[in-house]
Amino acid sequence: MSTSKHRTYWKKNLRYLAILLVVWFAVSFGCGILFADQLNHIRIGGFKLGFWFAQQGAIYVFVALIFIYIFWMNKLDKEYGVEEK
Amino acid sequence: MVFPERGILAIWEKPFQPFSHSTIQPFNLFSMDLTTWTYLIVGITFALYIGVAWWSRAGSTSEFYVAGGGVPPVVNGMATAADWMSAASFISMAGLISFMGYQGAQYLMGWTGGYVLLALLLAPYLRKFGKYTVPDFIGERYYSQAARLVAVICALFISFTYVVGQMKGVGVAFSRFLEVPFEWGVVIGVGIVFFYAVLGGMKGITYTQVAQYCVLIFAYLVPAIFISVIMVGNPVPQLGLGSAMADGSYLLDKLDLLSTDLGFKEYTTSHNGKVDLFFVTAALMLGTAGLPHVIVRFFTVPNVADARKSAGYALVFIAILYTTAPAISAFARTNLINTVNNQPYAEMPAWFGNWEATGLLKYEDKNKDGLIQYYNDKNGEYVSAVANAKGWKGNELVVDRDIIVLANPEIAKLPAWVIALVVAGGLAAALSTAAGLLLVISTSISHDLLKKWLRPGISEKGELRAARAAIAVAVFVAGYFGINPPGFVAQVVAWAFGLAAASFFPAILLGIFTKKMNKEGAVAGMVTGLVFTGAYIWYFKYGGGTADQYWFGISPEGIGTLGMVFNFVVALTVARFTPDPPEEVQEMVENIRIPSGAGEAHEVQVP
Repeated sequence: MSTSKHRTYWKKNLRYLAILLVVWFAVSFGCGILFADQLNHIRIGGFKLGFWFAQQGAIYVFVALIFIYIFWMNKLDKEYGVEEK
Repeated sequence: MVFPERGILAIWEKPFQPFSHSTIQPFNLFSMDLTTWTYLIVGITFALYIGVAWWSRAGSTSEFYVAGGGVPPVVNGMATAADWMSAASFISMAGLISFMGYQGAQYLMGWTGGYVLLALLLAPYLRKFGKYTVPDFIGERYYSQAARLVAVICALFISFTYVVGQMKGVGVAFSRFLEVPFEWGVVIGVGIVFFYAVLGGMKGITYTQVAQYCVLIFAYLVPAIFISVIMVGNPVPQLGLGSAMADGSYLLDKLDLLSTDLGFKEYTTSHNGKVDLFFVTAALMLGTAGLPHVIVRFFTVPNVADARKSAGYALVFIAILYTTAPAISAFARTNLINTVNNQPYAEMPAWFGNWEATGLLKYEDKNKDGLIQYYNDKNGEYVSAVANAKGWKGNELVVDRDIIVLANPEIAKLPAWVIALVVAGGLAAALSTAAGLLLVISTSISHDLLKKWLRPGISEKGELRAARAAIAVAVFVAGYFGINPPGFVAQVVAWAFGLAAASFFPAILLGIFTKKMNKEGAVAGMVTGLVFTGAYIWYFKYGGGTADQYWFGISPEGIGTLGMVFNFVVALTVARFTPDPPEEVQEMVENIRIPSGAGEAHEVQVP
C-alpha cells in the first residue's frame, strides 16, 4: 500500500469531517442558539422551530451525522483497502 | 453529571436534615407497599449486577483495563450510555430544564453533541492507537513522561471530583427510599461497586453497565409515556411535547401562557444573552469528548470500524433519554402550575402532601387565604402590576427541581412499583457512572504511574494485583468522601468539563490531526488551558468573584471553551518555534490515521 494512497484516503476523510462538522455546528449553535429567535417565527405543529432544534432536533441530527460518517467511512475504507477483515 | 450550584441534585444533597433515621420515617406516608416494592426491585437489580459481574470477571490486565478489547459495538454503546448518564442526568436534568425552559438546551445539546466530536475526531484514532488509557496516548504521542504525568493528574482530579458525587447520590437514594441511614447507604453502594469493579475490572463493569442501562431507561420511559398519554394522548413523549392538549391548544403555547401569567419568562424563548449559552454548550460538548471515562470505553471494541459504530450506538441510547427529558420537563411544569396555582391547599392531591413531608415541596400561606399562590415574586413589574392588586404577599410554594422526575409516577397516578423502579433507575445511573470513573482512577495508578513510570519491570500479574488494589482503595476513598464531601466536589460541571475541554480534548485532537505537533507545544498548551481555566473557575467559585466580572459574560461552567482556544493558540505557536517531533512519532501519527491493523489493545496476555 503506497503512502500517497494513504494520503488521498486521509484527505477524503478530512473532507467528510468538514462537511459533517459544519452541519453539526449549524444545527446546534446555529439553529439552536444563534438563530433560534428568528426560527421561532416558524412553527411545526406545537413546536417553535428554534426551540425544537435546541431541545430535540439537534440531538436527532447528531445521531444521523454519526451514522452518515460510519457509512461514508466504511465505504472509503473498502475503496482504499484499509478496512479490517 | 452534577450541577449543584444551581441548586440541583437537592435530593442527593441534603441527606439527613429533613428526616434523619431516628426522627421521621421518610416514606411511611407512601405506605408500606412502596418500601417493600423498592426493596424488592432494588434487591433484584443488585442481584442481577452481582451475577453479571461474577460471570464476567477478569483474568488479565487486558480484560481488566479494556475488557479484552472484544466488546461488540452495540454492547459497548449501551455500556457507554450507562457510563455517561449519572444520577444527575436521571434525576435532576428534566427538573432543571423544567425551570430553565429554552435555556435548558445547554444540557441537552451539550451532553449529546460531544459524541459527534468523539465519533468523528477521537474514537477511531484512539482505538487504532490501541493502548489502555488517555495518559497513555498523551505520553506516547508526545514522547514525554512530563506530558503523561500532567495527563494522569488531570484524569485523577476530574474522575475523583465526578465520582464522589455519585457515591453521595447512592447514599441519599438509600436513605430516602429504603429507610437506612445515609452513611450505610454509601457503604452499601461502596460494597456493590467494590465487588464488581475489583473482580471484573472493565469486563465486569461493561456487562453490568449494560444491565444498568436497561434498568435505567425502562425506569425513565415508563412514567414518561404514561404522563404523555395523560396530558396529550400521545404515547411518544418526544412527539407529545409538540402536541395539543384536550382543550385543543398546544401544550407548549399553553405553558408559555401559564408562565407569563405568573410573572415567569416565556418557556420556549430565550431571554438572556446568547454568549454564555453558547460557551456553556460548547464547554459541555468539548468536555464530554475529553472525559477519560468516556474515551476509554472506545478502547474496548475489536477494531476501528467498531469504535465508530459504538459511538453511534452510544448516542442513540443516550438520545432516547435526552429527547424524553424535555418532554417530561414541559409536562410536569404544566401539570404542576395547573394543579397548584391559586387552588385551595386543603384540596391538594395526595402526592402533594407526600412530597411536602420530604421537604422537597414547601408551602407557606403568606396571605392566609388558604390558596396556593405560585408566581415569580422576583419580577418587580409583575408584583406591582398584578400580585399586589390581588393581595398576594409573595410566592408561597417552593418546589425542588428533583420532584419533576421523582413525583412523575405519582402525578400520573402510577402504581407503587413504578416509583420503586425509578429508585432502582437512579441507583443504576449512579453506580454505573461511579464504576467507570473508578476504573479510570485505578488504571491511572496501576498502569500510567506504576507500569509506565515508577516500576516498568512489573509483571503482568503484579500489575493486575496493583490495579485491583488501586480500585479497592479508590472505592473506599470515594465512599469516605461521599460521606464527607470536600468543597470542590460541588462544582463538577465547572471542574470536570472545563478541565477536560481545556486540556485533553485539544491535546488529543492536535496529536491526531497535526503531525508536527511536538511535546513542547502540547505541554505548553495543556498547562495554559489548565491554569487559565482552573484559575477562572477558582476565582469565581471560591475567590470572591461576582457575576458582573465575568469575561464577556462567560460563567465558570463555560470558560473551558475559551481555555481550549488558548490551548490551541499556545500549542500551535510554541510548536512552530521548537523542533519537530521525532520521525517515528510522525510515522505513528500517519499510522493511526489508517484503520487497518488495529489489533487488540493489550501488551501481554496471561494464559
